[in-house]
Amino acid sequence: MAELSFPKRPYRTKGGVHAPHNKNTAHKESVMMPVPAIVALPMTQHIGAPCKPMVKVGDTVDVGQQIAGSDAFVSAPIHASVSGKVKKIDKITMPDGSKVEAVFIESDGEQRLSPDIKPPKVDSLSDLITAVRNSGLVGLGGAGFPTAVKLNIPSDKNVDTLIINVAECEPYITSDHREILENSWDVISGIITVKEFLNIHRVIIGIENNKPDAIKALREIADSSIDPEDEIRVLPIKATYPQGAEKILIKACTGREVPVGGLPSDAGCLVMNVGSIAFISRYLKTGIPLISRRLTVDGGCIENPVNVIVPIGTPIKEVIDFVGGYKEQPYKLIMGGPMMGISLPNDDLYVLKQNNAILALSEKEAKYNEPTACIRCGKCLDACPMRLQPLELANAANRGDIDALKAYNAMNCMECGCCSFTCPAKRHLVQNIRMGKALIQKAKRDEIAANKGGKK
Amino acid sequence: MESKLHVSSSPHFKGNNSTRRIMLDVIIALCPAAIAACVIFGLRSMVLIGVCVSTCVLLEYASRKIMKRDTTIGDLSAVVTGLLLALNLPVDINPLIAMFGCLIAIVVVKQMFGGIGMNFVNPALAARIVLLVSFPSAMMHWVTAAGAPAAAQIDATTSATPLAAAPGVYSYIDLLIGRCGGSIGEVCAVALILGGIYLVVRRVISPIIPCVYLATAALMSLIVGLDPLYQLLSGGLLLGAIFMATDYTTSPVTKWGKVIFAVGCGFFTILLRAYSNMPEGVSFSILLMNILVPHIERLTTPRTLGYVKKAKGEKK
Ligand code: SF4
Ligand code: SF4
Repeated sequence: MAELSFPKRPYRTKGGVHAPHNKNTAHKESVMMPVPAIVALPMTQHIGAPCKPMVKVGDTVDVGQQIAGSDAFVSAPIHASVSGKVKKIDKITMPDGSKVEAVFIESDGEQRLSPDIKPPKVDSLSDLITAVRNSGLVGLGGAGFPTAVKLNIPSDKNVDTLIINVAECEPYITSDHREILENSWDVISGIITVKEFLNIHRVIIGIENNKPDAIKALREIADSSIDPEDEIRVLPIKATYPQGAEKILIKACTGREVPVGGLPSDAGCLVMNVGSIAFISRYLKTGIPLISRRLTVDGGCIENPVNVIVPIGTPIKEVIDFVGGYKEQPYKLIMGGPMMGISLPNDDLYVLKQNNAILALSEKEAKYNEPTACIRCGKCLDACPMRLQPLELANAANRGDIDALKAYNAMNCMECGCCSFTCPAKRHLVQNIRMGKALIQKAKRDEIAANKGGKK
Repeated sequence: MESKLHVSSSPHFKGNNSTRRIMLDVIIALCPAAIAACVIFGLRSMVLIGVCVSTCVLLEYASRKIMKRDTTIGDLSAVVTGLLLALNLPVDINPLIAMFGCLIAIVVVKQMFGGIGMNFVNPALAARIVLLVSFPSAMMHWVTAAGAPAAAQIDATTSATPLAAAPGVYSYIDLLIGRCGGSIGEVCAVALILGGIYLVVRRVISPIIPCVYLATAALMSLIVGLDPLYQLLSGGLLLGAIFMATDYTTSPVTKWGKVIFAVGCGFFTILLRAYSNMPEGVSFSILLMNILVPHIERLTTPRTLGYVKKAKGEKK
């Protein structure tokens, strides 16, 4: 195999938009949230099979005790984030509107650590994968894909590059940025663990060039004797949205393209979020599973924007009250970033594992305009990082034309929002395309059902 | 507070682009040409522009009302159409003819096909061609421009356009600053180029169409034995290449589509100028390419990220 080289500068990527950065919290130390009176832990906080509760109402639980799990390959166990009593197990509404069973734990305020917690013994790759699975880790960048599944690379894939995603291209969000500034050693030692067990010799830390202090901090460690072979390099990439999207980051860092419908491993890459990698290093040291996370609380309606370290399952309302509450009635409340996050119907929801931000946006920030007629300016095409034709996709979706949707590669749309952001006619392109993707999936399911001789 | 929260699909941020802003930029870009028209042909040009713009806006308003659709004059696209049409007319045209042109542009070409973004040919261009066919003498009555060379004079008040004049009558300088006969907006090359630069800088248009159009026209001129620079600077070529061929609705949205479209425009423009008995080929060539846009777009779908051509024999 040819010697892998490190790119001097990022490879060219197409499209993207200059969304305002609004990184108001980048220079503020994260604050620790006190233990809430009650937490709710939904059974799906990841992509994959839902967990089953392992506790009953009335049980006493300790911090870090596993309270739910699943035997499915793609899943991640859930642990108690507070010590106390299981108060009820009930359905709650998730941000996307689905109803999911959740375990409610009333805190006794003691934060008694479970006696089972001890650092895992990791001598091989399979030990590492088991350990990561037991830790309940999912991708902390927002998608929530179980990390253990990611590390379990099929043997027919040749993964030679580990990419650490610190692009954090969504406006406002700084939780990864703060992770680096506050825990840079965890980041690097996590990288070293993963790269050693996976036998990867090229690690590229892709970081947007609007974080010079984080670049400096990482370089100082990566250039030290901790990395004698110089296999870990920091690559500053341009600060345009969406550089942090997996496929775009892979292109920028390696010049490779993930084939349509494929996975990063098809391009020889493993992409991990910086928060996830730092967590792995801490978990191997302490054995404390994923029970808290850092999230950015910001937006024009928040009194005192800051990064908060919160126990998973904390009510969102309490998190907001903790940072000083609302300055004014928010126009929109968003879980995640303003480009891809989900807008919430109320603040009666709970912090999830993959939840990297809560934003309370004012009407001015999240302005809404009625869509007008498409003027065929072509700006959506220029903005699309996947080089799709958003206007054609949206039109096909509105017509319900599945063949056209497929011909225009609808499934390759990652719903990044660049097209809607840039459209002068304010058309709801992403919304329409999402609808179109659902149509394709439905058609596929129907076809499978028909082939099986199903009734429908 | 719950009920007051707005829920909608992502993205929750929108850029500052708007249709109105884009149209405003086009109007700003046309200002140098409009001012040049006033200087060259006198205040009568202003009156003509005023008639066309106000008629277009009024017709847009009225036709939307009659068709019971929401009012769209706020997006300023009717102003742009009126302005473009005026700049394509001779200065002493009968205002009634001009108003008839507005009717063709706004009502027939634009609103009957569904309004902004739906028409398949450029409204101002289509109107110009209809007028040219219906009122040929009025549409080709070229009042002598201020400072035009005496040799171009046809009679006491009119003079030949650069394309009709004998070679050597007009110098390049005449063409650049508009000391020549022609419709009020096409004569001053400098003003048009200024407007074009503004549009590119403001990212309203991509430079692909004007540049490829002009380059193809120059090349074609060489091939058919015409003076390329003279061809580029005379007649409606600059106005067409910068403002008409770049019309969003009637030009391709894909990059390579724009290239093919512009090559076609340039090719046919010079072909018509050289071999047809029409005085000008710009309008017809753009109109022809307008009609081909859907096909051009289908041929030039961009390759999506990660798309690999299936090797021969590969399944699925
Ligand atoms: S950006 Fe909007 S107006 Fe422009 S072509 Fe795309 S959908 Fe149409
Ligand atoms: S949301 Fe989809 S179509 Fe729109 S820019 Fe992103 S990838 Fe392209």
